[in-house]
Amino acid sequence: MIYEFFYNLFGNEIIAGFIAASLPLLLFILPFALIAVLLERKVAGHMQDRLGPMRVGYHGILQTVADIIKLLQKEDIIARENDKLLFNIAPILVFTGSYAAFAAIPFTSAYIGANIDLGIFYIIAVTGLVVAGILMAGWASNNKYSLLGAMRSAAQIVSYEIPTILVVLTLVMFTGTTNLMTLSENQTAYFWNWNIFGGPELNLAKFLLIPFMIIGFIVIYISTLAEVNRTPFDIPEAESELVSGYHTEYSGMKFAMFFLAEYANMFAVSAIVVALFFGGYHSPFGYLGNSLGIEWLIPVEQFFWFTFKGVFFVFVQMWLRWTLPRLRVDQLMTASWKYLIPIAFVNLFIVGIITLI
Amino acid sequence: MKTIEEIFQILKDNFPNSELTLKTDIPTESFIIIPPFDVDKFSLFLRDNSDLQFDSLMCLSGVDDFNGQKVKDENGNEIMQGGTLSVYYHLESTPLRHKLVLKTSTSRDNPEVVSIAEIWNSANWHEREAYDMFGIKFINHPDLRRILMPYDWEFGFPLRKDYQNPEFYQGMKVPY
Amino acid sequence: MSIRTEEMVLNMGPQHPSTHGVLRLELTLEGEIITKVVPHIGYLHRCFEKHCEAMTYQQVVPYTDRMDYLAAMGNELAYAIAVEKLLNIQVPERVEYIRVIMAELQRIASHLVAIGTYGADIGAFTPFLYCFRDREKILHLFEITSGARLLYNYIWPGGLSHDLHSDFVRLTREFIKEFRPNLVELNNLLTFNRIFIDRTANVGILPIETAINFGITGPMLRGSGMKWDLRRDDPYSVYHKFDFEIPVGEGKMGTVGDSWDRYYVRVREMEESLKIIEQALDQLPEGDVTSAIPKRIKPPVGQVYTRIENPRGELGYFIISDGSTSPFRVKVRAPSFVNLQIMDELCRGHMVADVVAILGSVDIVLGEVDR
Repeated sequence: MIYEFFYNLFGNEIIAGFIAASLPLLLFILPFALIAVLLERKVAGHMQDRLGPMRVGYHGILQTVADIIKLLQKEDIIARENDKLLFNIAPILVFTGSYAAFAAIPFTSAYIGANIDLGIFYIIAVTGLVVAGILMAGWASNNKYSLLGAMRSAAQIVSYEIPTILVVLTLVMFTGTTNLMTLSENQTAYFWNWNIFGGPELNLAKFLLIPFMIIGFIVIYISTLAEVNRTPFDIPEAESELVSGYHTEYSGMKFAMFFLAEYANMFAVSAIVVALFFGGYHSPFGYLGNSLGIEWLIPVEQFFWFTFKGVFFVFVQMWLRWTLPRLRVDQLMTASWKYLIPIAFVNLFIVGIITLI
Repeated sequence: MKTIEEIFQILKDNFPNSELTLKTDIPTESFIIIPPFDVDKFSLFLRDNSDLQFDSLMCLSGVDDFNGQKVKDENGNEIMQGGTLSVYYHLESTPLRHKLVLKTSTSRDNPEVVSIAEIWNSANWHEREAYDMFGIKFINHPDLRRILMPYDWEFGFPLRKDYQNPEFYQGMKVPY
Repeated sequence: MSIRTEEMVLNMGPQHPSTHGVLRLELTLEGEIITKVVPHIGYLHRCFEKHCEAMTYQQVVPYTDRMDYLAAMGNELAYAIAVEKLLNIQVPERVEYIRVIMAELQRIASHLVAIGTYGADIGAFTPFLYCFRDREKILHLFEITSGARLLYNYIWPGGLSHDLHSDFVRLTREFIKEFRPNLVELNNLLTFNRIFIDRTANVGILPIETAINFGITGPMLRGSGMKWDLRRDDPYSVYHKFDFEIPVGEGKMGTVGDSWDRYYVRVREMEESLKIIEQALDQLPEGDVTSAIPKRIKPPVGQVYTRIENPRGELGYFIISDGSTSPFRVKVRAPSFVNLQIMDELCRGHMVADVVAILGSVDIVLGEVDR
């Protein structure tokens, strides 16, 4: 789609591919990270009875820009005992993992990086790259805190992928597709057609499904929270125990890449949740473009709704972060293996039966 | 609840061979002076005797009595020869609500006191501090190292009255 | 052939976000399980005891502030009582009441820091700022009384440096009124949070006999279930005139003497301190606060050991006087110094994350540990 458009425009595969690939980065991830970091600090500030950044620009809106400029100027420190090759690759790998996930996320009906049939599984697979990157970072830093953090992180991401996949499987079974675009298209029109409300078909099964869909949503939301290392599951970088976990030794732009990857990831997992349960890019109340008869307005509206829903779940992640304490590593594993996985399994089973009937 | 005179009498009866002195003429606090090598015996008795039950050691303080002879060393610094270093023990019984102060003195040239860290665990770090600051060696202490000063401090014991600051420590000038 | 394995030694600190200063803990780990903890202290040693021997009794007061810098009023109070005992002087009634008010306000301020940083150690950052918001109001009260926010130099042997500000009583009452609902909010946000309880209950259990043998005092001892508070058991100043409870650990969420109990004792102690302040404000007598301050302090030859209940436990001063204007020997029995010894005992068999939870519940101030 978008690639074809650029291919027609430039007549060169490489340029077209390059531009198509960098579009989400330039147009979405970077501005989103800028806004999200500021949002995080503002949310934190207001939750804690203070104002947050106030000095740079009006109410501190340029704070993140100033931070990025500061990070760019910083010295890139590589300690003598670091494993230089792995140390340098790790942040790139982590960022690649979270960036690649954006390829299959349908922002609007008109734009998706790659309309892959196995979209949802592609996303889960490429985010696995992040684990490799984190392990590399922890090992190459040659720092005990980093190593502990990386080990915890790998264990955590691997165990929380299971409930995520189980819930995704539930949805796949229910909708019969793994293509995110089709998944979104199915939930068109009004909000009662969303999967969380039992999908578009109006019958008895729809109402039977609602409680199990909500359970599924809660399970996947908790496990994605753990997958992106946010509180209460931010054990890999628990600053009160492990200083900063696997990115303790990083400075300057390499640190910024970890940071960027974290915020990109936050949105990516929220986007998955939105696409699976909350109608993807569809508006809950129908489109202004339809009623006014302006066709190009529809993708713009869709983009707005998708971002809105995604940012809302990012906001909930921040909200949780500034409210809850942190779990301990064994409690984290307990939560996954003893509660989330059995719940997800039973949920999968019940949804399967209801769908069959 | 027992007064210090009663406790002194009990100790006298149970340890007839030890040298014990009761000192009551000093304002606000009376204390019993015990010999430095019997501290552990007395402590164990004080802790386990059902009439006394001193289950808690409030404080343990080393003191430089500064009662020796002042002489000048070859650099013209005043140092002390002879005299004593003392250790004060403040004990308390939480069930019986009475307190007791013990004092023991040891020679300044070779200060040695028996450790009570095995009897009251709280003495462990207090004794390390007394060693660190006064150089009092506590015999049978499980882990007698410096505690507040650097482990490689080799310029003496700072709370002794005749302590002189070294000029350099690890290449750094000390009175900076 | 066997694979060579070794235990991992992890140095926690001296620069580490949750060692509350410059403490170094040498942890020996087997995986994430702790087999041994060796605390290394002394990074903040400022030779307090040596300094005292070169100064007059009055000059020591500002130095006492700098030991437990979160409870400076308590340090001054203990020192003032010790010197007054040596001199054998009585201080006016009003002075005693103001001292009690200050000490209790200081206790609340200090416990707020303890609770807030404890929450931050566990990972909840918001309660930390809520606590500091309330502490700020207390610091303001101190500021209008003594002119300083942290190190006051306010309680002198024989009296106080200033009388109360004319607004003090009104502002303190306002503070009490505002603070009570905030405590409820804190309990809802942190104390009874499920994750917080999971992290702290049954962690670092301290049995009562061990606690006494280790000389543990203050909220830690009370957390183990022992009703022992020097304000009631060895009263000083005018504490015998007030009516207050002594909260002890009950094992409500786990076992008696776990980290949650120690934490909760602090929360409830703040409520009791509020009660004491209210009573003291009601009974506050009129009078002069500087009349009993001696011009020249030259106590007779003698020695004294006094102790008070500081927020962290029993703070004792052992002063020997040789009859001159400066003390011959000052030994401070710092509660944090003694309480910190228990770390190895409490941490064994727990995980790295629990070290932070236990250290936070021990609540040390390095200024006092290292002196």
